Amino acid sequence: MVLLIQYTLLFASVLLLVALGGCFSEHSGVINLGLEGIMVMGALGGALMMRYLPDGTPAALMVLLVILTSIIAGMLYSCLLAISAIHCNADQTIVGTAMNILGTAAATVIVKAINTAANPDDVSSTIQYVSAKKAFLVNIGSFEFNWFMLVAVIALVLSYITLYKTKFGLRLMACGEHPQAADSVGINVFKMRWAGVLISGLLGGLGGIVYITCGVSEWKFEYGVAGFGFLSLAVMIFGQWKPTKIALAALLFGFFRALSNVYFGFAFLKNLNIPSGIYNMLPYIISLVVLAFTSKKSRAPKAEGIPYDKSLR
Amino acid sequence: MENQYAIEMLNITKKFPGIIANDNITLQLRKGEIHALLGENGAGKSTLMSVLFGLYQPEEGEIHKDGRKVEIKDPNDANALGIGMVHQHFKLVECFSVLDNIILGVEPNNHGFLQKQDARKKVMELSEKYGLAVDPDALIEDITVGMQQRTEILKMLYRDNDILIFDEPTAVLTPQEIDELMQIIKNLAAEGKSILFISHKLNEIMAVADRCTVLRKGKYIGTVETANTTMEELSSMMVGRNVSFHVEKGPSNPGDVILSVEDLTVASKVHKNNAVKNASLKVRAGEIVCIAGIDGNGQTEFVHALTGLDPVVSGKIILSGRDITHAPIRQRSIMGMSHIPEDRHKHGLVLDYSLEDNLVLQRYFEPEFTDKAGFLRRNNIRSYAEKLIDQYDVRSGQGPVTIARSMSGGNQQKAIVAREIDKNPELLVAVQPTRGLDVGAIEYIHKQLVAQRDAGKAVLLVSLELDEVMDVPDRILVMYEGEIVGELDPKATTQEELGLYMAGAKRDEVKA
Amino acid sequence: MKKNLLKNDGVQSLIASLVCIVLGLFIGYIVLLFINPTGAGNAIVTIVKNFMTYNRPQAQLKYMGNTLVKMAPLLLCSLSILFSYKVGLFNIGAAGQYCAGVALALYTALGLGWSWLPCMVFAMLAGALLGCISGVLKSYRNVNEVISGIMLNWITLYLTNMLLTKVKEETSPYTLVLNTTNPNAVLPSLGLGKLFNNNQYVGLAIPLAIIIAIVVLIVLEKTRFGYELRATGYNKNAAKYCGMAEKRNIILSLGISGALAGLGAAMLYLTGYEQWQCSTSSVPGMGFNGIAAAFLGGLNPIGSIFSSFFIQHITAGGAYVDKSMYCSQISDLISAIIIYLCSFVLFFKTVMNRGIAKSEEKKARLEKQAALSANTEKGGDN
Repeated sequence: MVLLIQYTLLFASVLLLVALGGCFSEHSGVINLGLEGIMVMGALGGALMMRYLPDGTPAALMVLLVILTSIIAGMLYSCLLAISAIHCNADQTIVGTAMNILGTAAATVIVKAINTAANPDDVSSTIQYVSAKKAFLVNIGSFEFNWFMLVAVIALVLSYITLYKTKFGLRLMACGEHPQAADSVGINVFKMRWAGVLISGLLGGLGGIVYITCGVSEWKFEYGVAGFGFLSLAVMIFGQWKPTKIALAALLFGFFRALSNVYFGFAFLKNLNIPSGIYNMLPYIISLVVLAFTSKKSRAPKAEGIPYDKSLR
Repeated sequence: MENQYAIEMLNITKKFPGIIANDNITLQLRKGEIHALLGENGAGKSTLMSVLFGLYQPEEGEIHKDGRKVEIKDPNDANALGIGMVHQHFKLVECFSVLDNIILGVEPNNHGFLQKQDARKKVMELSEKYGLAVDPDALIEDITVGMQQRTEILKMLYRDNDILIFDEPTAVLTPQEIDELMQIIKNLAAEGKSILFISHKLNEIMAVADRCTVLRKGKYIGTVETANTTMEELSSMMVGRNVSFHVEKGPSNPGDVILSVEDLTVASKVHKNNAVKNASLKVRAGEIVCIAGIDGNGQTEFVHALTGLDPVVSGKIILSGRDITHAPIRQRSIMGMSHIPEDRHKHGLVLDYSLEDNLVLQRYFEPEFTDKAGFLRRNNIRSYAEKLIDQYDVRSGQGPVTIARSMSGGNQQKAIVAREIDKNPELLVAVQPTRGLDVGAIEYIHKQLVAQRDAGKAVLLVSLELDEVMDVPDRILVMYEGEIVGELDPKATTQEELGLYMAGAKRDEVKA
Repeated sequence: MKKNLLKNDGVQSLIASLVCIVLGLFIGYIVLLFINPTGAGNAIVTIVKNFMTYNRPQAQLKYMGNTLVKMAPLLLCSLSILFSYKVGLFNIGAAGQYCAGVALALYTALGLGWSWLPCMVFAMLAGALLGCISGVLKSYRNVNEVISGIMLNWITLYLTNMLLTKVKEETSPYTLVLNTTNPNAVLPSLGLGKLFNNNQYVGLAIPLAIIIAIVVLIVLEKTRFGYELRATGYNKNAAKYCGMAEKRNIILSLGISGALAGLGAAMLYLTGYEQWQCSTSSVPGMGFNGIAAAFLGGLNPIGSIFSSFFIQHITAGGAYVDKSMYCSQISDLISAIIIYLCSFVLFFKTVMNRGIAKSEEKKARLEKQAALSANTEKGGDN
């Protein structure tokens, strides 16, 4: 039971972080379908940092550096979206898809290159971080607290304040709803959209490193992040682009994802004898069902996905 | 010596690919005056104002403020010079509150955190001083158009602008709201603000403006004192010749009822109430019936329900004796309904298709254009398109293969009119068929509507233009807040009476 | 004359695609340089050469055959993407539809012992069904087809693994060998295998894929159905206004897209060229590569034939790079870069058109000036 809660919170943290990322990008008017790729890049950055930091690094420094590299990697990668979608009127769906494929392919190539360089016989795309990962964990009784859970809560609070209590948030949302209006009062729509995309890179990258440290101590980068970026988008839609509702949606989805990791710990679930494949499918099925019932009346930012064309104002 | 002009735009020239939108235009705005800018659609008024507001950079000419040359590169520069603008299409974020919209861009803040209390106080003071009643916490999407406009005016005042531009401010207002606005504008001028008032409505200009500058086809025609001129003179300056606004037509000969709408109720997409409430009407063969009203009173929803684009909540629609309340769009079309849609780019045309493909948009599935195996008969489509182009004088660069997007607005509309009329309908529904067109195209389309009537067709016209409402139809029905509130005879009524109905100040029980 | 040629949309698409390819390969080369500068030049040449790496013509032919065998499913996947894109939909679910095609093709062939034709039909139906689910969700529940497609991809992957576990070899995670288990289900060779140095995998799939590309072109450009689909894609409001059944068209086009992807899977797996690994943990990349091929081909079915060959060519070429320095995924990286660059195609075309318009305007102005000065000269003569 504790395990189930622990995994639910972990996966919910991932979904929350990435969905908040999507939320910032969409509020600025850019649809970010490339979150999956951003997560991979963030994960890669963090994993490499864990691999290369010496064993004796203090836990706090370790946590800080890993988070920092993930954030930077995610933000750098999100520039690919910003450049094409904001300045070149590119189709945001294609760019996002390209970024997802590119993210996994690039991560695989990079990790394999590193592995092969270190040991010519090693052609795997796996990075191990068994000991480094311990820096993130604090045992509270049988509950294994992970610093990332706290990071997710902080991100939630900060996102809420940023969106609703600051000048920046007001301007950001104006750009996603009515960019012409924002422009007419002297707000630089392009700048705000850059900000939105970069924040989504920041949170997406962070989500990536959290994801690959959830219950495992190594990651095979050929797998990417198994559709988690898209699950986060479903969480965002279900949460109606509002941070608090996104948090609740993330908990729900996190629960179903956690179930597939720990269902065998429950006697009655184990006795049902349902193949593990079904549990693996569960989060995706749930999100399809949820989307089918919430998409119809969902209220997305009005100008999302539409490149801002100055000549149309 | 102090300069008497607040703003001078001297010899402004602005070109777009293929067109000179402003050709050597000069506009001088005195301090504290109300200055009208008059011109038809496409005369270059909006472009000139965009130049003043920093949205476009002119190729030639200069702008002076208080006698000094200034550079206006973007709206921020304009704002810094005290220039504010109420755009024709309001620049308001619908899901924000009135207050948030007013402060957007100049937010009072403490290290980035919003401090709304001071702003609220200032807004309330301004609102009282100028008689601009608003609720600062209401969401834009929930308030009336008039209140949205007041929000826009407060936006300018909040920024301490002293040069205020109004772009076609009355297009969306009821006559009563227009009167209020005129009073507000006069108050603003009395307080020392300089006002530029863009319009193509002569009576408003005569009523409120001190001077008027006229543009035609991108060129400067002249500036006159309104006290020393007449509406007729302004009108001929605007269009370049004396046009008869009157549509020539004989008496009508109404025949059988073609369209009968009974107690139609249609849901709104923007709010929870119904947009159309128990509306009933009949249109007979050989007459033009016009639905008049201020924009946003349910006309669009009524037409969408009538043509099948949106579902009805309750009520009945009968076309030539057959119930089509729930019939699909295609079936209505085949049964003899033609529809010239309100928005030709959104509904009327596939802009990336060629002209010929657009001309068969309602008929491509007929045996003449598609063979039994489902292949298009390209040759027939070509010859049919050539026939229509010739007959309706649709002008385009490369004839049938011209991409619709590259055609002018007037010719796009002609293509739609040709397509819908040539279908030989029983009922022609024409929604704002002359919107955004020049005088020649308007005359042409009015003639086509009358010709349809004379050929014994039923015509239902939906219009926002008072001149069109008074001149074209045989009967007028006024729609107000989703209800038909009056039936008028255009020969027997006046614009003033029509205005009272449109504003909801007067209503009759109308039986269809 | 030259000016007119540059203005032609097809020519522009071709130039844009070639630019994407060159840039993609160039960036790939830079990545190789970073990994290991000594072999980078060799590696990129190897990728581009693919089967030409072999010295003997027979071997070249045989491996060219292999490239063609995998090009057929790729072409079908790119047609799948292209077909729905014409209706304004992005069928990222092609990957899952392909996966469903694999599941049904192999299960009917290995588990039920059917012959190739019904196996192929069932693979198509499986893909079509998945496409229709996305279509129904899109048209009736307003669910973004990209998100539903991705969800269905993962669901399908797990279902496929579960189903094909029933027909797997006992000692390995792979499905049974097709040629020995059920030779009837192997696609007929039509004598084509002989042309490629007796490559047993070459057969019906390749000509069939090309014929289908042509059929797709005809359906889109010449028929009433294609007219409706393209109208819906360009302007769905106008399509609705003139009475086209918008919802039906969305479902139908995604269904057909799905069928194409499913058929593609049958075209590969019914040759026996590959076995399915029942512990596969990511959705097969064929559907995603289809995106690259579709956009690289300028969203034209005939263009897709060439672009699928090219994408498969470099993907196969990736397998020949020196493994002690590089990994074969470098080709995936290059195709991903190409997809990314393809999103700029429209921008590229606009810039090009603007350039052309500017130079024409300049020319026209010069001509006008020349005419003017000629006139004044004439005036002087009088």
